[in-house]
Parts: sequence; structure tokens; C-alpha cells
Amino acid sequence: MTQTRLPAESEKTAHIRIALNGEEVDVSFAPYKTLLEILREDLGHTGTKHGCELGECGACAVILDGEPVLSCLVLALECDGRNVITIEGLASNGELHPIQEAFANLGGSQCGYCTPGMILTAKALLDRTPHPSHDQIREALSGNLCRCTGYLQIFDSVEAAIAQISERKRTGELK
Amino acid sequence: MANNQDLPKRASRSSKAAGEDLRVIGSSRQRVDVRGKVTGQTIYADDISLPRMAYCKILRSPHPHAVIRNIDVSRAQAHPGVYLVLTGKDLPIEYGILPVSQDETALCVDRVRHVGDPVAAVIAREELTAFEALDLIDVEYEILPTISDPEEALATPEPRLHDYGEEGNIHKRVSFEFGDVDKGFAEADEILEDLFFYQGSTHLAMEQHASVAIKDREGKLTLWTSTQVPHYLHRSLAKVLELPAGHIRVIATPNGGGFGGKSDPLNHEIIVCKAALLLGRPVKISLTREEVFYCHRGRHPVLMKFKVGVKKDGTIKALDLQTLIDGGGYGSFGVASTFYTGALQTTAYHVERFKFRACRTFTNKPPCGPKRGHGTPQPRFGQEVQMDKIAERLGIDPAELRLRTAVKPNELTANFLQLGTVGLEQCIRRVVDMSGWKDKFRKLPEGRGVGLACSCYLTGAGLSIYWNKMPHSGIQLKLDRSGGVTLQAGTTEIGQGSDDVLAAIVAEILGLQTVDIRVYSGDTDLGPVDLGSYSSRVTLMAGNAAVQAAERAKAMLAEAVAEKLQVPKERLRFADNAVFDTAAPEKRVTFPEAVCLGESRFGTIGTVGSYWPPKMPAAQYKGGGVGTSPTYTYSAAVAEVEVNPATGWIRVVKIWNTHDLGRALNPTIALGQVEGSIYMGLGEALMEEQEFRRLPKKLSHALVHKFPSILEYKSPTSLDMPEIFTEFVEGPDPRGPFGAKEVGQGPLLPIMPAVANAVYDAVGVRIDEVPITPEKILKALAEKRAGREPRYGPTHFPEISWPEALRVPPPWEGGDGRAINETPKERKPRVEKEAVLKP
Repeated sequence: MTQTRLPAESEKTAHIRIALNGEEVDVSFAPYKTLLEILREDLGHTGTKHGCELGECGACAVILDGEPVLSCLVLALECDGRNVITIEGLASNGELHPIQEAFANLGGSQCGYCTPGMILTAKALLDRTPHPSHDQIREALSGNLCRCTGYLQIFDSVEAAIAQISERKRTGELK
Repeated sequence: MANNQDLPKRASRSSKAAGEDLRVIGSSRQRVDVRGKVTGQTIYADDISLPRMAYCKILRSPHPHAVIRNIDVSRAQAHPGVYLVLTGKDLPIEYGILPVSQDETALCVDRVRHVGDPVAAVIAREELTAFEALDLIDVEYEILPTISDPEEALATPEPRLHDYGEEGNIHKRVSFEFGDVDKGFAEADEILEDLFFYQGSTHLAMEQHASVAIKDREGKLTLWTSTQVPHYLHRSLAKVLELPAGHIRVIATPNGGGFGGKSDPLNHEIIVCKAALLLGRPVKISLTREEVFYCHRGRHPVLMKFKVGVKKDGTIKALDLQTLIDGGGYGSFGVASTFYTGALQTTAYHVERFKFRACRTFTNKPPCGPKRGHGTPQPRFGQEVQMDKIAERLGIDPAELRLRTAVKPNELTANFLQLGTVGLEQCIRRVVDMSGWKDKFRKLPEGRGVGLACSCYLTGAGLSIYWNKMPHSGIQLKLDRSGGVTLQAGTTEIGQGSDDVLAAIVAEILGLQTVDIRVYSGDTDLGPVDLGSYSSRVTLMAGNAAVQAAERAKAMLAEAVAEKLQVPKERLRFADNAVFDTAAPEKRVTFPEAVCLGESRFGTIGTVGSYWPPKMPAAQYKGGGVGTSPTYTYSAAVAEVEVNPATGWIRVVKIWNTHDLGRALNPTIALGQVEGSIYMGLGEALMEEQEFRRLPKKLSHALVHKFPSILEYKSPTSLDMPEIFTEFVEGPDPRGPFGAKEVGQGPLLPIMPAVANAVYDAVGVRIDEVPITPEKILKALAEKRAGREPRYGPTHFPEISWPEALRVPPPWEGGDGRAINETPKERKPRVEKEAVLKP
């Protein structure tokens, strides 16, 4: 061995256990990494996107213990024992979540890069406020930038999802 | 599969062509690639990870202009975990998107021309290691004076940024005169002279550029990258790496937004290829947001001088336009952009005589290039604001003035552009009705106003970027006995929906659903060449190629099925995943059965389609190719704004717009393109600017980027969006597939001038530049109160030594498209140009 030390990223000295989309996982990683980085690089969940690494764009939004967070601003070490929901965790039994379905149907996703963060931010809103007003939707999504749609079809999608979720809850399809 | 959802209430369609039985085309439906996007399964370039993959980081110049005296990479090379360090001498061959501007190297060899220019690259086991090792590279720079804007470039011929171009730091200068404008001005009743400035802006695609290269198991090169132009990149790689193009595979991953920002071959793409070849292991780079600002290739800042002469009835007798363009440090698409700052000034309103002179200069800033609308939003802004001023001067309603001067279908313009269908009049009439224009214009209370503007855009550039006689688009279809249809295309899905449009065309013709078509796009190994996702060309060009390929497949199946069913093949209909006799629909076979019959009859079924733009014999003069297009789209928009005279704050309340798109192939996607264009236009109108500042003298006086971050580069959020009402004006154009024209760029163009005109209606001040900020409005209001011209905008246009104009008499003066003072065309340079790029 000629190397005097391992490159920093190879020093996986941090270990945490998180519930990722409802499944307990252990992960070892270099301690400086953010939640975004471990999701993408150490846990193979690439659905969560980099857009700026500075908390400016919203592309990396995930749900942490029920709250929408920008995963590029959360140190992975802070997440031990916590619940993380990413875009990969929304569909169940092969069926799209109503928000995903609405985005797919109504033009809520064009290039798709902001979509995971947008959908999770919308989900966090609807989990808390099942029947938000149009202005509450605009407000909740204002930290998620989209360069393709001009946002209106995203609002359409969220509004359609609200109706769909209510309906599915009524019929017992969705808890 | 959700189909036929209604469009939201805010959108409507003027008409649907009657008597047609289309099952897929024209219906709102889920786009074919959307499931991956809403589930996170779509693999963008940055999501690719390969075994043994190494990471690349680039050392970038901290200086806007300097000579590289020496680079010492020894300390970086010795850093643990570093595999390779590359510098300019490893990649010395010049390239560039245009054959006439081969002025970039992947790493600067001896000179840096803007902050962020790449100087060296480190490839290491980990990304962080590569990043750390950048600090260990020692570069000696000799600082050179910097040029911050075009006026400074004109005044500073030395030192030259490049040793090519017109002279000094002038990259490109063009000069045309279509008819004697002086005579036109002499015949005019009113002459208006206006100066406008259009600030530069950047694409800000949400996806930061990323690339992964490998030397594959056959020893060949494969590159996955977020590019809009895999074909042009493929050519550049062959040139710079000196490899046979056939041994290089470029795979354009789905782009997380493009808007023109991924249309150049970019240095990091070449660097990772070189590194992968040298290391024999995969190499990846993911640019940071700051680096994306340095890649740029965004909207050129343009200073414009418009002189127009009009008759009392509004007839435009003459237009004399000069543009001065800030190109940044490299050529990029700049020569084309230069032509585009004038080429489409004749395609919306009938201009009898047109003089156009444009000058692009080099400056020590990241290179400008094509952004949505490529070179045309700037002069469109000037022309549309000036139309508003003309209307006021003549006492004609601005909508009426535009209706009087609107071009006619199939017109040949003063500069010999052949128009196709023109829905401009209908666009204007409809937007006037929808917006209640007649009850609002000059009638709303102080502080509230409406403004109208129109526009015209290409449906695909008529010429390829490099001269050749081959098709602009190709499509390949494979049908097999499973009934599956595979579509292979060189097009790139950048979010605009090109995969869906192509699948829809093939599905419609073969009687299938889009879900039945498997699309492989953006891969130079799998698909035939397509020139790329730029200039709004894909729907029309690749779409027409898809029509041809599908019709050919259909003809083969029809012959085999006709024989089997014993009916004339002309009576067969392909629909609902079956082929049946229209006279006796119970006589039918399923689609998979039809393919089996075809395969039994003809053998393996594969068809191809090609598309060449129509020959454009009209414009014979040199430079006449820029601006040509198979057909053009038209838009009209009305903006309603509120302006607070105390703070200057502007709120856009509503936008009404109409767009003549021929036919909406998927109305949900088309609406997304329109609303996305309007959104981006509002960003440019109100806030977006790629701005630079000088450091203080004692700190080197260098020119640095003001906002290389998303936080500081302001773009509209969900809270900034007004209500938008859209109507598609549909009149199928025979040149487009199922009549379709473009929809991705045109609707952006009228937004900035509509807002400017609305601000004038609201508070009576002219803001003759974008972005229109509260500060500028307050300054203009102060001018108004002081009794001076109620205006904010540029105040002078510098003297430029223009070359003698190419004089081309317009068609109505007997012109034949040739310049009367042009030396005969030399054939030789073209051949050389092509040879340069052919490995």
C-alpha cells in the first residue's frame, strides 16, 4: 500500500438506520454526506434529484417524519431512526399514487426533473391539509422550481389528486 | 391508460378539422415517457452509476481574461486517489457547434476568456478527492485586459479574444438591404426611431449537466450525456478525439430541461470521454449549478436601433434595423444568432423594404448561444413595442394596426422567406375577443393596463448546421410477429414530448395506441440521424419521417392482409389494434395477425422514413439560409398588469394568448409548451438577467458573474404566475405531420413586449428594455414628472463600421433572391468546411 490514507468519501465511518419508504435499512457512509447524497449514492434511490445543492430549487425534496424537507440541506447523520419517504415509496402494489397519476394525466410533468420533489411536497401538503385552497397549493409549492410547465398544469394535477384521494378514501381504497 | 381528458377550462381550441376520424392524434393523453417521471424511474445522466466509475472535476479560470503561462499538475497527480489530471495539451483540437466557429478547446490551451473557462480536469476515485485535488494544481496566469460589453469590444480591438472573425473583437458582422430603404422613408408619412436593449438570460434547466463515458468491452467509446444534440456532439467527439465516428456512441439521456442550453458540444462531455479512454474505466462528471452558469450559451444581450417609416394607414414602407450583440467569450451558435436578430422581422408584418445590419462582438463572459426563441425574442421585443408606438402616433388601435399589416399565407417576404399557413389574423382577432381588449385598452384606471403583442417563429431551421445533402431527420420502425412496434429515432426527449409525438404519429397510422409503440430515441447507435432538439424542428421534421416510415409499414401489412381477407387493400382500415374491411368490419385481423401475415409475405418488416426540408430556391443570396423554415407559427398575446406608481411594483394579472400551431397532436403537451413559454417569457420580462460586475480596481478589476446561483438569479415561482388563458388556432398546415407546426418556442416571443406595452397603458411610461423592473419604472415615472420623455431605456447606439450591404431587391420589385452586388458563389469553401469535420 503506497496510499497514506483513503480518500474522504471512502471513509464510511458513519452508520445509521432509517425507515426508507417503510423499510428499515442500515447504511454506512462518509459522515459529511447529506441525506440527498446517501439516498442517491449509498442507497441507490436516484429518484431524488440534485438541482443546486444549496436549498434553492426544491428538486431534492423528500418527506422526513411527515415533513417536507430539502434533502440537500439535511445531514444524513441527523436522520438516524427517522422515517424517510422518497418518490420511490409512493406507488403501492404497482399502482401509482393519486398524485402521481394526476401529474401523469394532466401535464404536471414535462422534463420530469422537478417532479419527484414537486410530488412529495404536494403529498406533504395533502397529508396535513387534505383540502387546501388554490392559494395554499401555490404557497406550498413555491419552493419547488419548475422551468417547463409554468406551474399551472402542476396546480391542475394537485387539485385533481385532491378529489381522487377523497374518492379513494371514501371507497376504502386508500387509507 | 388515460385518454381524452378535457383540457382545463382556461384553454380552448378554435376548431377541430371536420370529417376526420383520428383516434390518437389530437387527443389529450398521457405522454409515453411520463410513468418513469412520476415514479422516479427515468434515468437522467446524473443517475447513472457504473462499476469502477471514477469522478471528474474541472478546475476553472478565476480570471475573465488571461494567458496561461504554466500549469503544474504534479502535486494533484500525486494526491491519493487521483487517477489522472488532464490539461489543454491533452485535448488541443478545436471544435465548436458551427463549422465557421471552431474556436473552443475542451481545456484551455494557452488562454482563458471568461471566469469559469476550463483549465484542467482531475479524475479520481471519489468526487471529493477530485475536488480537493483541484486546489493542488498550480496555474500561472498573466492577466489581460477585459472586455465587458460590445461597446467596449468595438473600442478595444486589441488584444483580440480570438484570431478569427471580422476584425478586432468583432466576431461577425452582416449587412443586408432588401429594397432601397431611403426611398421607403421618403414615401413614409411618419418615421420613428427607437432604441431598445434586451438583457441576456440563462436557461436554468433544473437538471445540471452530467455525463458518463466508458471505453466499452469492444474498446469503443460510449457517452451518456444530457445533450439536445447527440448527432452534433458525435461529430465533435470524432474530430477532437480523432476517432472514427462509427466507433463512438452518444446516448442522449432524457434531458431534465434543455431550452437551448444543451445544444452545443460542451467541454465536460469531451473531457470525460478522453479520460475514460485513457483510464479504461467509466468516468462521470456532474456539474454544479455554478458551473452550469459558466456553460451558459444563453440569450444574447442585444442593443437595437429600429428606424421605421409608415404611411398614415399603417403600411410599413421601410424598416432599418441595427443590432449590436454581446457574444461572450466564444462563437457557439453566435453567427446564426446574429442573423436571427433580424431575419424574422419581415415574417409577422408586411415590410416593403428592409435594411438589416448586425454585429456580434466577443466579450470576456461565458459564451451566449441559443435560448428558446434563439436570437429572435430581442428584435421581436423591439418591433412589437415600436408597433405600439406607431399605433399611438397614427391613432390606430394596436390590434387594428397589426391586422392591417399582417403577412398573408404563402407570402414571400422582402428577404425571400417562404411562409406557409399564417394564422396571425385569427390569433389577433381571438385574443382581442378573449381579453376584452376593446373595453380595456386606454380605458382602465391609472395603474392598470393592457398590452398586446404578436410573434412569428420557425418550425425547424431550413438548413443543417453543417452543409450536406442528407436528410434532417430519419425514423426507423421494426414490426415483428409479437405485434410490437419499435421506433428508433435520433431525436432527444428534453421534456418537450418528442417521444410521445413520434409514438402518436405511428400509432395513429397503424391503428394502435401510443402504449403499443416502444420508442428508442437519442442514441446514435440505435437510431438514424436526427439533427437534434433545437429550432422547434422535431415535431415537423422527425414527425414527417415517422409518417413516411409508418405509411410504408402500413402499405406492406395492407397488401398481406388484403390478400388474406380477399378485399381490396384500399378498403382496409387500421384502427383499434386491428385491420378490417371498412365495407364489412367483421372481416378483420388483429394487428399482431396482420404483422404475421406481413412477415410471412415479405420477410422481416422494417421501414424507414426520411425528411428533408423543402428546397428553398427563393433566398439565393449569401446568408439567405438563416430564417428559412418549412413553415412558421404565429402567436398573439394580451397582458394585463397592475403597476404601483409609488413602488414601481408590477404584477402581471392575466395573460391571454393564441397560438397558430397547425394542429395540437397532444393538446395536454401543447398547452404545457404554451404555458411554459409564457412562464419563461414572464421571467425575461420581469426579472431574469445574466449580469456581470467588475471587481474593484485594487481587486484586479476582473469581470465576474453577478449571480451564479439559483437563489440570486431570480426566476418566477408558483406564486408569480398570473392567470393564463390559451386558445389554439388550428388550421392544419400541409407541410406538417397531420398539419402540426411548432409550439415550444413561439408563444414565448410576444410576452415581453406585451408586458412592456401594458406597463405603458397602465402608467404612461415606456420601458424600452428588459427586464422591466420596479426600479426602471420609478426612474421613468420620475422623468415623466419632470416633464422629460417618460421613458427608461438605452440612449445611444454606437457607430459601427458596417460593410457594404448585400443589396437584394424584394420580390415585388422584381428581385429573384440574388444580391445585385454579390460576387458569384464560391463552391470550394463549403467542401472544405465539411471535410474539416469529417474524420
